[in-house]
Amino acid sequence: MSIIGQPKEGPELMLKILRTLCAAFAMVIATLIVATLPAKAQLKLDITKGVVEPMPIAITDFLSGDQLGTNISNVIAADLERSGLFAPVDKGAFIEKISNPDAAPRFEDWKVINAQALVTGRVTKQGDGRLKAEFRLWDTFAGQQLDGQQFFTSPESWRRVAHIIADAIYEKLTGEKGYFDTRVVFVDESGTKEKRIKRLAIMDQDGANVRYLTNGKDLVLTPRFSPSRQEITYMSFEGGKPQIYLLQLETGQRELVGNFPGMTIAPRFSPDGQKVVMSLLQEDGSANVYTMDLRSRTTTRLTSTSAIDTGASYSPDGSQVVFESDRGGRPQIYKMGADGSNPQRISFGDGSYSTPVWSPRGDLIAFTKQSGGEFSIGVMKTDGSGERILTSGYHDEGPTWAPNGRVLMFFRLPPGSNSPKLSTVDLTGRNLRQIQTPNLASDPAWSPLLE
Amino acid sequence: MRRFEMIARSPVFVALFLSLAIAGCASKKNMPNSAGDLGLAGSAKPGSTQDFTVNVGDRIFFDVDSSVIRADAQQTLAKQAQWLQRYPNYAITVEGHADERGTREYNLALGQRRAAATRNYLASQGVPAARIKTLSYGNERPVAVCDSESCWSQNRRAITVLGGAGS
Repeated sequence: MSIIGQPKEGPELMLKILRTLCAAFAMVIATLIVATLPAKAQLKLDITKGVVEPMPIAITDFLSGDQLGTNISNVIAADLERSGLFAPVDKGAFIEKISNPDAAPRFEDWKVINAQALVTGRVTKQGDGRLKAEFRLWDTFAGQQLDGQQFFTSPESWRRVAHIIADAIYEKLTGEKGYFDTRVVFVDESGTKEKRIKRLAIMDQDGANVRYLTNGKDLVLTPRFSPSRQEITYMSFEGGKPQIYLLQLETGQRELVGNFPGMTIAPRFSPDGQKVVMSLLQEDGSANVYTMDLRSRTTTRLTSTSAIDTGASYSPDGSQVVFESDRGGRPQIYKMGADGSNPQRISFGDGSYSTPVWSPRGDLIAFTKQSGGEFSIGVMKTDGSGERILTSGYHDEGPTWAPNGRVLMFFRLPPGSNSPKLSTVDLTGRNLRQIQTPNLASDPAWSPLLE
Repeated sequence: MRRFEMIARSPVFVALFLSLAIAGCASKKNMPNSAGDLGLAGSAKPGSTQDFTVNVGDRIFFDVDSSVIRADAQQTLAKQAQWLQRYPNYAITVEGHADERGTREYNLALGQRRAAATRNYLASQGVPAARIKTLSYGNERPVAVCDSESCWSQNRRAITVLGGAGS
């Protein structure tokens, strides 16, 4: 699929709003800043400072001869709304009807309904059958265009174009990369609660376009995305010998990772996609961390204990590995050099800690914590300090980071049901959302931003 | 399950249970994977897999986060070892399982640790270790699902599964 994006001209407005506390206040601030600041800053939601009030944004239906324009604007609005950082204004409140998305809108009409940002656009079918999708992002209080781009794509990729536009808006207004043009690989669950049928599946991050990658014959677990290719690694019980596999998403080609004497579990790619780190379950009941270089096929043992060492995850620069171990009794989080050097415990709270995952930004480690009969998803700094629990429940497990390091997806089971569903929570812990999937779902893994 | 395991040691009770099950008076709900599922246990042919499952007991149970072979499990494994030495042609796989109150990767490793401990105990009782394969299902195959210890304790188990040609 090729989506070609081009910037459109338009003056970049430079107006900074640190926080949008309430509508009237924001209006005053905006006016003041327009009046007093030189053209330096721009309309911006500062998402680095604790609780952020969502920014009201009006997303108009893209002009088109059919339903497509509305569909695209709905996907954009849903993406932005789910982030918790934006509050799309009800379309019923709109005063101006956009008839020419190339012309400046009547800003007064949007200010009066408190839309601080406005999105207009158009989608047209080209002579060669492709779609052209154009959008403009406006700062209503400054009366300026913030962004304008156009994209060409095949008609079936209309949702992707909508996600790309949502990412562009998110980045322009927050200053951080978006995460909407991404996919999630996960385990689809059906069958009885004692004997689940598990299939690998992949979907867009919003739950659309679910596609199955395995047929359910073999038990499959813990798929993980390559950071650099359309490739996943996962564990399969195929042939009665549970091991780690690679799967190329575009060709469906599969291969075994290594030839180990026992079960291999808990795979994850290195940040360059050239290695898989995993645990080998040994004859004596211990589990140790190994890596395999996918090019040279050499394996390296990183830990050597009689304990359970598993759940390894690389730092984004590839220099360190975080993992869980019960060498001290209960499972806790440890950190070591990527060559296995200098392992040190970093989690010291009550209960046990597992499934550590290093943030793509490098600043945090997400984990599952078990304490007081509850399972929580939390984050800590990479030295183990500053632990924050984001969400807790009967059973919340297995966080995976959105590529911008601001949102985590995980799976959650209600009591006594063995019925997992996927949810997301952001770093504030205040924006918890369930992801709709056709069946039960577990073991999510977020892709990097698509190319 | 522990309740059933006690019952299962006595063919009389097994026969009683089966007759109740056949009469539709016993609910399977609380006794999954019971001998009743496996055919006519009371009349199991000596040396058959049914004989092993019902008259010896094919599974042992573990404490939370533990792979220590408990006293009750030692008795079961001693009987298993006797039987397995008497019928040396069976291939043996010990499956280790964990309850659901842990994370997936840890439970896979814990299941392996339980399977290994079970294999080692059987070996100490005279079954050649080389005859015994191990496999962990982690928490993927619970026999009972609820939100209390009554289910979780049934799931923390190691099962001795017979395969290959019987004698």
